[in-house]
Formats: sequence, C-alpha cells, structure tokens
Amino acid sequence: MSAFNAIGEEREIDQNEFTPDIEPQATWCPGCGDFGVLKALKGAATELGIDPEEILLVTGIGCSGKLSSYFESYGFHSIHGRSLPLARGAKLANPELTIIAAGGDGDGYGIGGNHFMHTARENHDMTYIVFNNEIFGLTKGQTSPTSPKGHESKTQLEGSAKDPLRPLSMSLSAGASYVARTAAVNPNQAKEIIVEAIEHDGFSHIDFLTQCPTWNKDAKQYVPYIDIQQSEEYDFDITDRREAADAMYETETALYDGKVLTGRYFTEENRNDYQTEKLERGSMPEQPVAEQYFDDDHEWKRSYELLDAHK
Amino acid sequence: MLLVAAATVYVRRFDASYTMTDNELIWRIAGGSGDGIDSTSQNFTKALLRAGLHVFTHRHYPSRIRGGHTYVEVRARDRPVTSRGDGYNVLLSLGDSFARNPQEDAYYGDEEAKPLTENLDELREGGIIIYDSGLLDEADLPADFEERVEANDWHVYPVDLRAIAKEHGREVMRNTAGVGITAGLLGLDLSYFETLMRESMPDEIFEPNLAVLEDAHERVAGTDHDHDIELPENEHETEQVLLSGSNAITYGALDEGCRFIAGYPMTPWTEVFTLMNKHLPKFGGVAEQVEDEIAAATLAIGASHAGAKAMSGSSGGGFALMSEPLGLAEMTETPLVLIEAARAGLSTGMPTKPEQGDLEHVLYTSQGDSNRVVFAPANVEEAYTQTRKAFQIAYGYHIPVIVLYDQKLSGELRNVDAAFFDEEPAPDLGATLTEDEIAEAAHHASGKFQRFKHDVDDGVSPRSIPGQKGGRFLASGNEHTPEGHISEDPDNRVAQMNRRLQKMEAIRDDLDANSSHQTYHGDENATYGIMTYGSQQGTVEEAVDRLRAAGHDVKMLGVSDMMPYPEAEVRSFLESVEECLVVEMNSTEQFRGLTQKELGEFGPMLSSLLKYNGNPFEPAEIVEGFEATIDDTEFERETARFQPAAGD
Repeated sequence: MSAFNAIGEEREIDQNEFTPDIEPQATWCPGCGDFGVLKALKGAATELGIDPEEILLVTGIGCSGKLSSYFESYGFHSIHGRSLPLARGAKLANPELTIIAAGGDGDGYGIGGNHFMHTARENHDMTYIVFNNEIFGLTKGQTSPTSPKGHESKTQLEGSAKDPLRPLSMSLSAGASYVARTAAVNPNQAKEIIVEAIEHDGFSHIDFLTQCPTWNKDAKQYVPYIDIQQSEEYDFDITDRREAADAMYETETALYDGKVLTGRYFTEENRNDYQTEKLERGSMPEQPVAEQYFDDDHEWKRSYELLDAHK
Repeated sequence: MLLVAAATVYVRRFDASYTMTDNELIWRIAGGSGDGIDSTSQNFTKALLRAGLHVFTHRHYPSRIRGGHTYVEVRARDRPVTSRGDGYNVLLSLGDSFARNPQEDAYYGDEEAKPLTENLDELREGGIIIYDSGLLDEADLPADFEERVEANDWHVYPVDLRAIAKEHGREVMRNTAGVGITAGLLGLDLSYFETLMRESMPDEIFEPNLAVLEDAHERVAGTDHDHDIELPENEHETEQVLLSGSNAITYGALDEGCRFIAGYPMTPWTEVFTLMNKHLPKFGGVAEQVEDEIAAATLAIGASHAGAKAMSGSSGGGFALMSEPLGLAEMTETPLVLIEAARAGLSTGMPTKPEQGDLEHVLYTSQGDSNRVVFAPANVEEAYTQTRKAFQIAYGYHIPVIVLYDQKLSGELRNVDAAFFDEEPAPDLGATLTEDEIAEAAHHASGKFQRFKHDVDDGVSPRSIPGQKGGRFLASGNEHTPEGHISEDPDNRVAQMNRRLQKMEAIRDDLDANSSHQTYHGDENATYGIMTYGSQQGTVEEAVDRLRAAGHDVKMLGVSDMMPYPEAEVRSFLESVEECLVVEMNSTEQFRGLTQKELGEFGPMLSSLLKYNGNPFEPAEIVEGFEATIDDTEFERETARFQPAAGD
C-alpha cells in the first residue's frame, strides 16, 4: 500500500475542496486578474478529478505568490524567482505528485529567468503559470521585464529604454513542450488551457495575462481578446516549431499595440519528459525516492559494500 | 649517478624545523597537472598501506588542467599518521611535461624545471632527489643546485625515466619508471605495485608498465646507494582501507539514507558531488547537476519537502548563492544537509588551496537570526560520523545542518580500520508522521494540518509529506501560523521564533547526551592548551605529541560543533589551563572570535596562530607557535602569523 493515499485515489472531487473554509481572505485588490487564475485553476483541478492532497502548488513572491494561500492543497510559498527549482526537486523525489508552479512576470522572467530556461529545457512534467501583469505589483508599480518600452515608473523616470522580454518565444527556444497564453478576462479558455497543461506530459508554460488595475491596466484593456485558434485570421500548426515561433512573435508584439492574442501556441507530444528520460538512462529509480522510506521491504544498500575499492 | 657538488655552504630558510622525529618516509612526487601525479601517488600510497604501513597524503595543486607546479606527498610511518610532516625526505621530480615555455624564463618561471626547483626548500637534510634527466638536463638546474646538494647532504639520482618508459612502452609510463627507481632505492617490494597495476590496468597497458617498473627497479636495486633513509616497518593487525574526507562524507550520507543530491561543480566540493553522482543511481537515488547553486540548494529543499533525504553543497562562492535557500530551509523548517568545502578566499581566491576562512560565512549568512547547525569534522572518521549525525539532526529537528570542511580534508587520503565502516544504514525519515498518525494530529478548523504547531516538545512540530492524506499545509518563507498561513501577528511571531530557537537548545542537549564530537589529546591535567577546529586537528595532535616528548605540559581540544557551540566542554577546557593557543587557517581569528563570543570571557588568555598562505600547517609551526605563547619567544616564521593574547 502506498504511503501517499491521496495520490491516484478514485473519487469525485468537488470544486469547493480547493477553497479554504475559513481565512485567509484574498489580499488581492478588487478587479485583480489574480482571482481569474485562482478560479481557473480550481475549475481545472476539479475537472481533472485531482485530490487536493496530491497537488503540490509551489509559488514565488509577489501578489501571484499568494496563490498557494488561497488554493487548498499542499503548498509551498517559496522565494522570489525560485518556485521552479523547488518544484523540480519535489517532482524528482516523488514523480507521482501533480506539481504546479506559479509566480509573476518579474519572478519567472526576471529574477528566476535562468531557472525558467533550464526547467524548460529539462522538460519536467509540471505546469508553470506566469501571472503576467506587465508590472511589479506588490512593490507598488515598478517596471517589469514585460513592461512596454517607454514604460514610466518610479524606477524608470524617463521611461524604460528596454524592449520587453518575449516570454513565449523564450519558452519555445528554451525547450518547453507546451506553450500557451491566456487571460484572466477569458475564464473558460483559461480553465481549458490549464487542464491541457496539467495533462501534458512535460513542461507546460502558461503566460497568463492578469490585469493589475491598481498599478497598470484594468480588465477593459485586455478586451477584446482574440483566441488565435478560433480566429480565421490566424492559421498555424501548433506542432510546427517554426510556425509556432512566428505566431508567438506576432502575439508578443501585438500586445503592446493594444491587440490581445491568446491561445495554444506550441505542443510537442512525442518527447519524453525528464523523469522518463532519466529512467531510461538508469539514473532514476523505478520506485519513487519518497516511497522508499515508507516501504518496510525496501533493501537499503550500505557503503560498506563499496569498500573493496579502498583496500 | 650521484652528482658531485662543489663544497660551499648554503643556509636553508627553515633550518630549525627539519629534525627527523622518527623513522619515516615522506615521498613527494612532483610534476605538472596532467602528468598523472594523482593516480601514481594513490597507487604508491596503497602499496605502502598493503606493505603494512600507516599512510597519509597531502595534495598541492594549481587551478589548471595542464602544467603548473603540482605535487602529492605520501607520508608513511609505523604508527597512525594524522598530519603531513615537516618538509619531506624523498623527491621524485618528473619535470613538467606540459610546460608552455620550457626554454625561457617566462612570467611563471621555467615551468619545466619547477617540479624540481620549487620543491628544494622543503627537502630535508640527507634527502633523496630522483629526477627525470630525459626532461631536465644539467643546464636546466638552478645555478646553486650543486652547492645546495653538498650543503644538505642530498643524494641525487638523475635517471632518464622517459627513455626507460619508451623502451618498453610509451612515454607516459615514466611515472611507473619513477616508482620503480623509488622502490629500488628504498628496498620496497615490487609485488605490491605489480598487484595494484594488474588490478587497475588492462593487459595491454599492464604488461609494458610492468616491464618499465622492473627495468627501472633493477637499475638501482643492486647498486650501493649511500643514503640513510630507511623504510619504517609495520604489520597491520586489522584490515585497513584508504579513504579521503570526501569519500567519508559520501559514505556517511549514503548510510543515512540520503537519496537525493543537487549541485553545481566547484572545487573542492566537486569531489563529494561526483562521488554521489557515481553511487546514487545504484543506491536507488537521484543526482542532479543544475544551472547554479541557488537552484541546487532549492532543488534539495523541494526534494526534502516531498519526502527524500536530500543534500546539496558547494564551496565558498557557490555557498554564497545558497544563502537565500538556506534561509528558506530555516524558516520553513525543511530538513536539509549542506556541505561546504572551503577553499582560500576572498572571492575566487585560490581555488585549489585550503583555508578556514568560511566559518563566519557559514554560521551567519542569510537574513535574520541564524537557525542552523554546523559541524566541522577533522578527519576521515569524523567526516563519516558527523555527516551521519547531520542527517539525524536535520530530519529529527527539521533544520538545515551544514558540514563544513575544506580542501585539505577533502582530498587527503588516510588509512582507517575497515571495521569502522561496518555500520548498518539508518534510512529513517526522523520526525515525520504516517497517515495514521496524521489523522490523530492537530488540524486547523479549515482542515489544514498544523505543521508548525506552537508548544511542542523540543520545538519540533509534527511533519507531513505531500501526498499523505490529511496532511496538507502551506510552507512559507514568510512568518506563518501553525497551519502555515502568512501572519504578522506579534504573539504568533514570538511563539514561532521561540519554538525555532528552542530546537537549538534541544539539539545541544542531544549532542551532549551522545558521544562528543570534540577531540581531546594529551594529558588531561596539563597546564597549557591548544585549541583548533576542523582539518588542522591532526597536525595539532602531532605537535602536542612532540611538545610533550620535549617536556612541555600541554593538551589539545579539537572542536567540531560550531553551532550550537559546545559551551560547557570548551569552558571546562579553558578553565583547566593557564594559557591557550588557538590554531586556525585564516587571518581574522574567526574561531577564536566565535569562542569568545559564545563564552563571553577568556579573551586575555587566548593567543592565535594563523596561517593563510594556501598551505596547511606543518607540526613544527605549531610547536614554535606554542613556544611563543608560553615563553614569549619571537615567532620568526614568515609562513604563519602569531597573535599574542590580549593579556600578554
């Protein structure tokens, strides 16, 4: 019998199970896009029938980092930029867990950018949601990696001289095997995309447009949005890396021209996730490391067996 | 073969220290990096061990792949060896075959000749020099070479090692030729080398190597050589194994059930990291090389959180990047073992040289009040035992534990009773609940498990693992309530701070209740003391033996518990002596400072002996440091600095 009975248990899941009965009340501002992520995530987890206790939700720091406070599951509110390495460690120790990592655009594309790149290339089987509000919210409105060129703030008094970072293109070239953009203003699409991302075997990256009405744009500025799969204007094959790259480039540029494009951009189905890759090379145990400690029959090797080399 | 030298007197720098204490061999093999010095010296060490001797090695190498002055010293005696010696008595100088500017006096000097010239200052009177005359001819020798040979009664054997190697095999086999000459001159039985080579080499390599070995040996074995160096004799009564500190840390971790490591290469930490990479897959574990040290320590936190016994580590600069995750582990009470293999700083410093300058870094880095445990093992046995203890404390008390050692302990080989490692594994997850226990434990009204419950024994709250039914909680680097939610409530803050601090007291009690990590050496009733920590301990032990043999009334305390500090033990030691010398490898007296801070007194009776030139202490330096402490004699060496006690 497993030591982790919340995992893989067949039972009906109610969406309310993901809502804490009592405090804390969300500290997000009225009209904040972060509520949209929370709702979409709860809907997706319910639809997939995942037990709250088989989920580890790892978040970074910032308004987005509070997601783990308002979503009832195992949670880890970590450090700014470090949600992905923490999530990777947990996944390697127990691949049976459903791992979701989340953070803001500063968290994921700025301070945690190096981890983002390497997690994508390793193709860990997990979902990474980046709350992209094009601003630093919790620290009160400084320019972020996705703020538009010319963005004025207390840290960029003359307007930012930097071009914004291209999150979808970066993700694709780094090696993510599922890349999508959705928006808080489109809750149905957001839920569907999260469902697909969790189901995908590999690293799924969702750039989630979350309006910040206090320091940046409000919801109205993300409307109308265009679902790139449903628009006749855009026709590309999301399994084709080159076509995906073109669509991403156009989408990233359009955002700063006031045109909100969302949808699925890339998916790569025939690629092993990282755990599988390691398993096939013999550098990952069949029995998850975390299970071994609870298994009374597990045979523990000891270093004494290695001493012949020292005689 | 003996070079005839002109008779002029040459005065060496450290005359006073070169007294042969006992019958011993200290063989130094010198060459360029890439010349195979390491593997040749390891086989030589093993041969001496199998011949019944006690052995100890000291490595000196540059931060380069090819070339540069590198040597390994192998010391062999008829009794356990705990330190390098003072100087050495047999030199095998291969010549640097990778020298860039063999013909000119370039910026780094004549590199080809360095393995000979750079080693002469430390060669004892009456010592042997074997050098590869195939690489160095007389024109390469320093101008005063013959004078020094004469003055110091050195016995010089120029041998064309390359020619012997080429005659039977390939040029790279000149190391084997050098070993053959050494064995011939010292009367070492070749069978040990033959067996070792057969164990480690395929036939097509073994055969020519054996021919090289035997040929070289024959050229000197029958000759009448007039040196006075004799091999000590001994027989081991129990089976011995040859291990480094890095081996011991690795084995301690494996036996404690550690099945996860994440890291990034950095000298000298890389040794433990690569050993774990080698063994973990066969032990059912996972090893990960990641993008940087922030990720490395954070992956280990994630793995531990999800139920693995996990570790990470680095050396000074990489450990600096771990400050942030270290603090997260403290705040979220995630069990974690970190290894810090110190090297000479500041910044990149001297990457391949030992120093003990990272003590304060390891004790205090990361924001907020430290809430961690730090052990500094002194030798192979302590490295094994204290790494095991590190995991027991980490998982028993939900706290990060750091094993601090350095480049010296990392690579030095030493023989240990094989039976010492005949230990059972202890793959226990420590203070972690089963699902049945979780069902009985305290939960918040929301259904969340109270992972950070106030008012618990020893400050250790119950722990669940993701995936366990009924165990869900939030871990947060923010201050948090018992179920993990962010809270800035003052009462909760104080309760959580006090609970986390309470664990430190409980850990100190736990450590005091078990066999002490501290080491005592010498006469318990001695009037004077020497204190040290970590890797210099073995050298201090030898210095104490010599001082006692010379009639001094002295004892040693070697401290391993850096945090929580073993206050009672150190206080009782210092109260029992009139004066104490503190020996450490850094320039700002970090260990002495820690001792004074923890004990709040004794400052006026503590002198310091500090060394930070990149080389570990030799016993004679400590002997002289001690004499300066109690006799107020002038400490004259340039290699170390003596800092008299404030009370003097």
